[in-house]
Amino acid sequence: MAYSEKVIDHYENPRNVGSFDKNDPSVVTGMVGAPACGDVMKLQLKISADGIIEDAKFKTYGCGSAIASSSLVTEWVKGKSVDEAATIKNADIAEELALPPVKIHCSILAEDAIKAAIEEYKTKQAK
Amino acid sequence: MNYFDLFNLEPAFDIDTALLAERYRELQRAVHPDKFANDSEQQKLLSVQRTSQVNDGYQTLKNPLRRAEHMLSLRGIELSHETTTLKDGAFLMQQMEWREALEDIQHSQEPQELVDELYDSFAEFEATLSKKLTSLLASSDEADALLAADQIRKLKFMAKLQDELARIEDDLLD
Repeated sequence: MAYSEKVIDHYENPRNVGSFDKNDPSVVTGMVGAPACGDVMKLQLKISADGIIEDAKFKTYGCGSAIASSSLVTEWVKGKSVDEAATIKNADIAEELALPPVKIHCSILAEDAIKAAIEEYKTKQAK
Repeated sequence: MNYFDLFNLEPAFDIDTALLAERYRELQRAVHPDKFANDSEQQKLLSVQRTSQVNDGYQTLKNPLRRAEHMLSLRGIELSHETTTLKDGAFLMQQMEWREALEDIQHSQEPQELVDELYDSFAEFEATLSKKLTSLLASSDEADALLAADQIRKLKFMAKLQDELARIEDDLLD
């Protein structure tokens, strides 16, 4: 199966790979996994006091499409408010990367990683 | 298609695999296209279809994970090709750590030692999941079936880890 140019670009030059200090109070983590392929994705967001995502990092163990999907969302969420980031849909990711149907679950994984991180943010805020 | 019926086996997770293999050989002989060489085209086609069904059934029941998935599918819970994500934080954190450990093997002074340790850790964790799965599949309760599905999902991650480890070990021997 051929990967699109955008997938190859993100796969070969992944943006924002790594981790933040998880003890930093402004950092939240979203962890998700895809049982179908065993891929695991960790997305961390650094969120300012007024709810703006200042920075994002990811670590993904998986195929090229999973890595590209997570790399892309770290670029997309930066500078967005938490509420704006929550509106990112897997279909947007799949369209941008021209993912074939068998790889749609990689974009779902990335969408769910954002949601999981935001969920942790909301839980933290409620405290 | 209920493969347990096809092989005339009790629908249980801990099937007798020797008996499965025996029934498989019997069925294979009974439906083999060679037996229908002098029959109508329709009969021949039917025999080819039956053969492929018997092969699929055997592959499904032989593999514990696929057998478990088949049992749930017979109860209306479809796990194959699903796109739902797993969100169990503690489990995923452990997966992440193991993936990192796999990466460390290449840079280690004693790679084989690390490989052996990981094989043991994976096997131990997998045994715990399988044990839970066995008891959950024995229950007819709907809630237990859903919990069984979660064990299967986790076992798929373990299968992936073991594949990766085997691949890395192969590379070490090169």
